[in-house]
Amino acid sequence: MKRPIEPLLWGLFSAGGVVAALLMPVHLFLFGLAIPLGWLEPPSFEGLQSLAAHPLARLYLFVLCSLPLFHWAHRFRFTLYDGLQIKHLNEVISAVCYGGAILGTFVAGYVFLVSR
Amino acid sequence: MNASKPFTEFHPRWFRQRPSTYWWLWKWAYLRFVLRELSSLAVAWCVVLTLLQARALAAGAAPYADLQDWLRTPWVALLNAVCLSFLMFHSITWFQLAPRAMVVRLGGWRVPDALIIAGNFAAWFAASAAVAWLALGAGR
Amino acid sequence: MPETIQLQVARYSPERDTAPSFQSFEVPCPNDWTVLDGLNHIKDKLDGSLAYRWSCRMGICGSCGMMVNGEPKLTCGTFLSAYVPGPVRVEPLVNFPVVRDLVVEVSDFMRKLRSVKPWLIRDDADAAATEEYRQTPAQLDAYRQYSMCINCLLCYAACPVYGLDPLFAGPAAIALAQRYNLDSRDQGAAQRMTVLSSHEAIWGCTFVGECTEVCPKHVDPAGAIQRYKLAAASEWFKHFLMPWGKSEGK
Repeated sequence: MKRPIEPLLWGLFSAGGVVAALLMPVHLFLFGLAIPLGWLEPPSFEGLQSLAAHPLARLYLFVLCSLPLFHWAHRFRFTLYDGLQIKHLNEVISAVCYGGAILGTFVAGYVFLVSR
Repeated sequence: MNASKPFTEFHPRWFRQRPSTYWWLWKWAYLRFVLRELSSLAVAWCVVLTLLQARALAAGAAPYADLQDWLRTPWVALLNAVCLSFLMFHSITWFQLAPRAMVVRLGGWRVPDALIIAGNFAAWFAASAAVAWLALGAGR
Repeated sequence: MPETIQLQVARYSPERDTAPSFQSFEVPCPNDWTVLDGLNHIKDKLDGSLAYRWSCRMGICGSCGMMVNGEPKLTCGTFLSAYVPGPVRVEPLVNFPVVRDLVVEVSDFMRKLRSVKPWLIRDDADAAATEEYRQTPAQLDAYRQYSMCINCLLCYAACPVYGLDPLFAGPAAIALAQRYNLDSRDQGAAQRMTVLSSHEAIWGCTFVGECTEVCPKHVDPAGAIQRYKLAAASEWFKHFLMPWGKSEGK
């Protein structure tokens, strides 16, 4: 029997949502605002570099940059369906959304798992 | 239905109204819902930012410093502040709604929703503290 | 309390009109009158041609659902005193075709309800039971909330996805599917999952949550749908990781 794909997509959306909810606010606060704007004592460049090079950190960052993209893809797809009422373009929308998430995952894989 | 024939004996002309494109503006609950859904864009932006930072970090001290300068420009800082509020909104609504998806039973006792929500927020606080401690403590 | 209150009632006659319009009526406003009492007064004393559905007038039959000032309500349980000084706008439930005045066509819901097989399914359907199917109070609690649905369709009027997506099964249908899925006497969860999971019957739901807000019986259809999504996703992963074995929908 052909397995429907929607449960998988929802599962990825859910997992990405949990990762985004738990970890992204602190990441954006620290690296998007507090450190650049000098609200907190910034870590040294070398320290941050070696922290990010650690294998566990690389895996963590890969997951952080991959699963939330699937969360975005699924949610944005339905935002377009219900907000702009363009569900008849669902093939294009799905390709852009999930394609974007898959592309982002490859990029994250290259940046965190392959290079360096 | 054919407009020239208003009805047939057994099938009157029903009135059907397509939902307005702005259906989400008519109720505060709908607007709140749409804002929650738009938070996914803030999530995607945070991913992009993390990737940019990782690339700059790997490239060297100078590109990293350039990126920090770029993050200090007013428009980018404002964008990040707005995205942060959307991310917080996502987290708060996500943890409040999570217990609706799963009923947790320990033995025969059903764990009350409030306890699950409190557990979620505790996990959020703990995870954030751990990340902050690791990141700020790097290279000390 | 004022003597009267104005009801602005949507009128639509397919023989005459191409779109609904409003007609105003002044109805008495005693303390204990509901919107339904006002409509009955209009029908009895002011304009006998008004068409609307009602039955039990006590919130159990689910017939009298209408939009009152833009909110889906059971008119038998909505008091005029809450809307003083008025006016009160009464319209047919949104997201359904209007047949006449305040009467909507609900066969789409009926079809979707039937498609989720809202009855106990047994593997041994032909075998006659030799004794009653026993159930502990805890087993009853597992599905009892979802059995409270009176099919009033207020949740369908509140759900923007139902209005936008013709394939969406809707809150009540999915909640009722869950009522049977979670019933310990039922063995048909897999059959229902084929219907619900493989088409877009449930995945259009984006958890707006308004269905739960308007439900007069506190069924929490939004919670039922999220639980079903989680069950469907878990079932998908279980089948993906362990393709052998009987597929199950619980």
